[in-house]
Amino acid sequence: MIDSLLLGLFVLITLGGAVATITMTHPMHVAIGLITAMVGLGAIYGLLGVHVIAVFQILIYVSAVMVFIVYVIMLLDTRDPSFSKRFSRLLVPAILVAAFILVGLVGAMAGTRPRGLIDAAKAVSFGMREFSVDFLREYWLHFELTSVLLLAAVVAAVAVIKGERGRRG
Amino acid sequence: MAETQLMVLLSLVLFVLGLLGVIVRRNLLVMLMCMELMLNGVNLSFVAYAKQTGTTSGAALVFLIFVVAAAEIAIAIPIVLMLVRRKRTLDQREFTDLKG
Repeated sequence: MIDSLLLGLFVLITLGGAVATITMTHPMHVAIGLITAMVGLGAIYGLLGVHVIAVFQILIYVSAVMVFIVYVIMLLDTRDPSFSKRFSRLLVPAILVAAFILVGLVGAMAGTRPRGLIDAAKAVSFGMREFSVDFLREYWLHFELTSVLLLAAVVAAVAVIKGERGRRG
Repeated sequence: MAETQLMVLLSLVLFVLGLLGVIVRRNLLVMLMCMELMLNGVNLSFVAYAKQTGTTSGAALVFLIFVVAAAEIAIAIPIVLMLVRRKRTLDQREFTDLKG
């Protein structure tokens, strides 16, 4: 009972954060809205019993990615016109398209029956141990590939910065 | 409503809100943040289905998406800063160099 209430509360918090993300004017307020949505999602993951993902949601998204973005926002000039005018000219068609996509996706979701449904009582919530064993037994190749991707990202970031410096002299 | 359905519905709403933000907002950084919102929506649907089926494959995918998101931000932020240095603005209407 209390779990359902908490779940509903965090769903509302996440939705509120998401709406704030696309409606707030100043990027710092947008970032705070996004952080609220991400923390709400982390709480939802925790309530669903997927604590590993909840921890990584907070550690990687909120702590690393968003702190990085907040630093960049603080570096930038707040007199930029895009800081005061929020929306582009595409506002009305974009809302129509988004509503259309949402209705289509929800309709597709409602129209499909879950196949091969596993009894929810049998669906065990997995902890760090099960996750780690499965992860390194089945997904070790993906894990190695993402490390290559991260290396490429680091090299690319350095190349972007160095290239710009070289061009400026 | 079943828990999984509620979560998938929330993930759809988050994805569409993020998509809307990417299209309508003018500030490049805000567009990036809306992309993160879309990724979060996708993550939630993976977790919801992983939970429903009791397997770890969804969670493993989410973990990989975290890494990809971190890499994406690590690349995107220097590019945004470079564009700002060149155009002196974050307004996406100014970046029309590839327009035919």
